[in-house]
Amino acid sequence: MSGHAVGETIIICEHVNKWYGDFQALKDVSMQVKKGEVVVICGPSGSGKSTFIRTINRLEEHQEGRIVVDGIEMSNDIRNIDAIRREVGMVFQQFNLFPHLTVLQNVTLAPLWVRKKTRKESEVKAMELLERVGIIEQARKFPGQLSGGQQQRVAIARALAMEPRIMLFDEPTSALDPEMVKEVLDVMKTLARAGMTMLCVTHEMGFAREVADRVIFMDKGQIVEENTPEEFFNHPRHERTKLFLSQIL
Amino acid sequence: MATDVSQPQARAPRPSIDLIGWLRQNLFSNWWNSLISMALLFLVFQTLSGLFNWIVTSDGWPAVANNVRLLLVGRYPPDQTWRPELVVAMIALLLGLSGGLWRGIPLALAAGFALLILLLGLIALTLPPDQVAPLVPTTLFLFGSTGLVALGVAVAWRLGNLLRWPLVVAWIVLYPVAILILRGDATTAIETSLWGGLMLTLILAVSGIVLSFPLGILLALGRRSNLPVIKWFCIAYIELIRGVPLVTVLFMASLMLPLFLPSEVRIDAVVRAIVAVTLFSAAYMAENVRGGLQSLPRGQTEAARALGLNVVQTTLLITLPQALRAIIPVLVGQFIGLFKDTSLVVIIGLTDLLGMAQAINTQPQWLGIAGGVWRETFFVIAVVYWIFSFTMSRTARQIESRLNVSH
Ligand SMILES: Nc1ncnc2c1ncn2[C@@H]1O[C@H](COP(=O)(O)OP(=O)(O)OP(=O)(O)O)[C@@H](O)[C@H]1O
Ligand SMILES: [Mg+2]
Repeated sequence: MSGHAVGETIIICEHVNKWYGDFQALKDVSMQVKKGEVVVICGPSGSGKSTFIRTINRLEEHQEGRIVVDGIEMSNDIRNIDAIRREVGMVFQQFNLFPHLTVLQNVTLAPLWVRKKTRKESEVKAMELLERVGIIEQARKFPGQLSGGQQQRVAIARALAMEPRIMLFDEPTSALDPEMVKEVLDVMKTLARAGMTMLCVTHEMGFAREVADRVIFMDKGQIVEENTPEEFFNHPRHERTKLFLSQIL
Repeated sequence: MATDVSQPQARAPRPSIDLIGWLRQNLFSNWWNSLISMALLFLVFQTLSGLFNWIVTSDGWPAVANNVRLLLVGRYPPDQTWRPELVVAMIALLLGLSGGLWRGIPLALAAGFALLILLLGLIALTLPPDQVAPLVPTTLFLFGSTGLVALGVAVAWRLGNLLRWPLVVAWIVLYPVAILILRGDATTAIETSLWGGLMLTLILAVSGIVLSFPLGILLALGRRSNLPVIKWFCIAYIELIRGVPLVTVLFMASLMLPLFLPSEVRIDAVVRAIVAVTLFSAAYMAENVRGGLQSLPRGQTEAARALGLNVVQTTLLITLPQALRAIIPVLVGQFIGLFKDTSLVVIIGLTDLLGMAQAINTQPQWLGIAGGVWRETFFVIAVVYWIFSFTMSRTARQIESRLNVSH
């Protein structure tokens, strides 16, 4: 365990249930995340990891249970949802950069239109972030001209430009060629060490061991096991966890 | 700081082949290939020589030359000719300025336009003296407009970005201003029933395109809306219009519309035609835009929403621009179709370019010419339609390749 500065609780999920039609994708999911914590979520394909992480910024709607993010209760009120989205950044498996905008425009878009900052302010901030993720030379290029690893780092910078208090990562390295995984993980590690609250769906167990405060294992829409990385990897309690670890490690 | 990647790379060396080599490789590589090539070349030669022969020997050309006015502006009062001329001059100047400012595609368009009007002026001067005389003012005007294009380019080249916003505004207000100029003020109102020829065709086409574009986008967005009333209205509208031919919509607009309105309200015939063309085109536009929107990956909307952009911002900044780019070729195809379809207004009593050609054919002075003057007039208007359509499709192709570079 890496022992990040841990403060008050910033995400609360209580008895969250979600259905896609008749199929229940999340079953009574309860968990909490404290400020500054890094939580890794893993589990077999189709276990509901993406669905869960996406309920936290309402890309998926849950039908039962309670979700509170940074003191804001998730409801159907669009103002609450927008308020939560301003505080929560998200990085996707497929990057989802905006191909018709340059790298710089991708990063400045939300600060300009959502935070209503001036162009100058947002560009200065954007260049600073691009420098932090190591792609400042590419600022005027279009996403299609970058490698996958570079695109994912732009996506991280784009999310950070909103100065979020929480970052969600949904398999950020799964679509990358092996040689590019490290550059993205390095950026994420730096972010974790800087005290960002992070919720990462990932199968990069090295990353989990190194920076995670907690690992959550999901299966069939449920949280099966939740523990520190050390305990989780060395002394898994449940059979399903053991099976999963034996397959992945 | 930033390096520009759009710089051209060193070109790959081109395989150099001389003409004979090229011919051998492409047209005469084996005996049957040679046979087909010979047959096709013969056909092309026959057609072209026939065409040339007809152009030189035909005695029907005066029908076109004497009626240039009708073909261009219809029965628009001759003493008011300065109005359409003023509009053309404004377009010439704006084209020139845009060409000088943005270079690239606008410059090509400006150059093409200048060349075309210069050519028209020169052709007019080659006519027999008795035919040239009445055309002299028009010819001078054409040369003047060519000069305006050049002037615009020169001015914008110097002033540069200073002109950017004024120019954008100028293009936007050009349409309403042009209509006002052509319509005249209250004392000299020029009835739209006098509008005709190419002028009417262009007004109908430009109005249809300019108005159906936003309407189509709204319909497409409405069809994807979560609000059932809006959604079903849009679907009903789109499917209804797409299920009937333009002729029907034109008839509806010109014959049925008055039935729904109080009898003292009379809607201008040209306005009715514009309404019909717009309503018709918007339905197709909507389906094209919807196709573009659907072709986008879901992740685009999700990423935008996750960043906190609201629905309107997501649509205007993320999905719509991408969707419209994706459908440029389809849109231009549709615009070209609309441009040509405006010729259907003949059936509701308007005389656009096609209508004028037909009217000229029935003028008594050509009755003596064997076979009439159909060939000459229709050949000329075909060329006019082609020039506009070809320009649109070329421009679209250019824009497309520009956008591809920036991806
Ligand atoms: N839009 C949807 N409609 C219906 N079922 C869905 C939808 N999205 C996900 N599901 C189902 O919900 C379950 C959980 O999906 P989810 O994407 O959350 O899994 P995951 O754990 O992220 O898997 P992976 O590792 O493959 O990304 C799966 O069985 C999936 O088929
Ligand atoms: Mg997933």
